[in-house]
Amino acid sequence: MIYTVTCIAILIVMIIILVRAFCGPSIYDRILAVNMFGTKTVLLIAVYGFLIDRPEFLDLAIVYTLINFIGIVCVLNFIERVERMEDEEEHS
Amino acid sequence: MSGIFFAVTSAVGLFRLPDFFARVHAAGIGDTVSAALIILGLMLNSGFTLISIKLFYILFLLWFTSPISSHSVVKAARHSGLEPFLVEKEKTNRKTD
Repeated sequence: MIYTVTCIAILIVMIIILVRAFCGPSIYDRILAVNMFGTKTVLLIAVYGFLIDRPEFLDLAIVYTLINFIGIVCVLNFIERVERMEDEEEHS
Repeated sequence: MSGIFFAVTSAVGLFRLPDFFARVHAAGIGDTVSAALIILGLMLNSGFTLISIKLFYILFLLWFTSPISSHSVVKAARHSGLEPFLVEKEKTNRKTD
């Protein structure tokens, strides 16, 4: 029962994070929101694995933690490169 | 005794409700602390087996990656000229002085 409640709570938090991802005035707010969404996904996988009484889902959680981190670092690199190119175009 | 143990683990463990306050601070703390609480709760509920070692590993990874991500986002935002409120107020104060 408590696993169900935790799953529902994590889902509510994920919806709020998605609202922030749509609203957020700057792009960095949205990046932060997507990062949080990934972390909450990991937690949801872990708790859901316990709910289904099949704790092998934890391996998926480990993999997705790493994938989320690498994805966020790549997105930040990409944005930095795009902004640097835009700055060079403005100056030249 | 085992009844008390289970009641305590079910009640104390699995607390959730990550906090919602001002953005970057919230994201960093919310990620780190809520992940810690949820995973510690799950660990309490499953005893000392391979499962809890895997959960500890997840927690370890999350604790290292989420501060790094938050810091990188803030650094990138500063680098691209996104200044917080207070810095602009300080600049206007110095000009009037």
